[in-house]
Amino acid sequence: MGAPSNSQPTKRTKWWVIVLLALPYFGLCFPGLYARATPAVFGFPFFYWYQFAWVVLTSFLLYLVYRQLKSR
Amino acid sequence: MPLHTTALAVFCFFFLFVTVAGFMAARWRRPDAGIHSLEEWGLAGRSFGTWITWFLVGGDLYTAYTVIAVPAALYGAGAIGFFALPYVVIAYPYMMVVMPRLWRVCHRNGYVTLADFVRGRYGNRWLAVAIALTGILSLMPYIALQLVGMRVVFSAMGLHGEAPLVIAFLVLAGYTYSSGLRAPAIIAIVKDVMLYIMVAAAVIILPIRLGGYAHIFAVASQQLALRKPPGSIFLRPQQFLGYSTLAIGSAIALMLYPHTATAVLSAKDGNVIRRNAALLPAYSFLLGLVALLGFIALAAGVVTKDTSAVVPLLFLKMFPEWFAGFCLAAIAVGALVPAAIMSIAAANLFTRNLLGEFLRTKLSNRGESTTAKLVSLAVKFGALAFVLKLPTPYAIEMQLLGGIWIAQLFPSVVIGAFTRWMNPWALLCGWAVGMTWGTQMAASLGLKSSVYPLHLFGGTYAMYAAVPALLVNLLISSSLTLLFRALKAEEGSDSTVAEDYA
Repeated sequence: MGAPSNSQPTKRTKWWVIVLLALPYFGLCFPGLYARATPAVFGFPFFYWYQFAWVVLTSFLLYLVYRQLKSR
Repeated sequence: MPLHTTALAVFCFFFLFVTVAGFMAARWRRPDAGIHSLEEWGLAGRSFGTWITWFLVGGDLYTAYTVIAVPAALYGAGAIGFFALPYVVIAYPYMMVVMPRLWRVCHRNGYVTLADFVRGRYGNRWLAVAIALTGILSLMPYIALQLVGMRVVFSAMGLHGEAPLVIAFLVLAGYTYSSGLRAPAIIAIVKDVMLYIMVAAAVIILPIRLGGYAHIFAVASQQLALRKPPGSIFLRPQQFLGYSTLAIGSAIALMLYPHTATAVLSAKDGNVIRRNAALLPAYSFLLGLVALLGFIALAAGVVTKDTSAVVPLLFLKMFPEWFAGFCLAAIAVGALVPAAIMSIAAANLFTRNLLGEFLRTKLSNRGESTTAKLVSLAVKFGALAFVLKLPTPYAIEMQLLGGIWIAQLFPSVVIGAFTRWMNPWALLCGWAVGMTWGTQMAASLGLKSSVYPLHLFGGTYAMYAAVPALLVNLLISSSLTLLFRALKAEEGSDSTVAEDYA
């Protein structure tokens, strides 16, 4: 807690951080986008592998956000 | 069902191992002053770093019941059950934004529960009591469900009757009492490693033996079509809204559950939580794979009326006996971790926000931890009685309600973490309406489902009841805030400062 709070007055979240945080919601909250069978990958219908892909992608996006938001 | 002796022996070995670990945990990271305070017993001194928090939160959110119920939903109804995957993906951006903020304000003010935070933020005793009651009420059936998960495992191994469940629970109660949050933190490490081994084996070996994933999806599709009503491995357009609202509503609820708060508040700083928001999706991947066990069971020809027995039966059918025992132990240990954290969370709420609020003299640190320990026992035995007395479906239905209820804390807690704009009395009214309407919607479906067909503007929208209930809650909270402000009504105090949130 003893760190100098020099970043305090101008601490504004960058717009792209908000975009990165919002992307998984656009990708997953509209099942109409991905509720189909093809193209299948390794036997997984599109509906399933698409959502698995978002797990990995979200983790990566959150890593980028973490680098921006972490308090030093 | 015959007794599976080898599986049982392996199971008992692992169960004993975590029991010893649970009791030893009392000595782990023990400060010189002992662990006789709520900070120590209930939050392990807020000292956990990235990895322990990762295991603890992972062990906490991905419960034994998840491992049983999510595949059961896919086995029984098909694609709609897969909402669990988007749910545990979109929960994390939300966690990244909200939880470090809540952690900071709680850390700086010594808050142990989210109700503590609401009490300080709004200076309104009744709002804090409402938050605490909602938390305890939603946790009880959730703990009971962990027991249901354990019972399923026991009976799959051929152990029937109440004795095994009672013994397992006495053990759990014992080490939670003596070690507090340290016990589930240690056991979570064992549990998660076991669960990862189980899933890795299941999703690699089983598809090879069953002819690959394409074949599994094809057989599952045929089998589901024979169900009444017929299921499908794809969503139908009329299920889209139900699917997305289940994911959104559950994600909102997940971060408000008291056991999530307990695990998150035990982290040692905000960056630990931010790192975890990025690392926890690893568990989501695991959950998605676990979900597919429902289809794998269909392909393997597992036939049962009780869908919650699907996963244990699949393991006993497809794996060698000793490895099935290992997997079943992983599920049972997976029940112990969340059950322990949930009972600690309920005990913290009761001690701080119900008893503490109405007691004339403030409890000492030792008095608080002693009370909480006793309450944690009471909560667990309450849940045990719940499971022994009431039929299993009842526990599942109560848990659906729990999700609807806990989502109603969103305006007070999450919005409260960002702005003090809302009036506490308005929040209380919004909460009451949200709770009542949410319960009514679920009750009108006979508590069979939580996807309610809402009739609005001449159309029908089938959605998870938590979402419309929360929208009405928000509408009432904000319009009454405007009204009270116009009437120049009392706003309540705020004992937090802007710096607490920076």
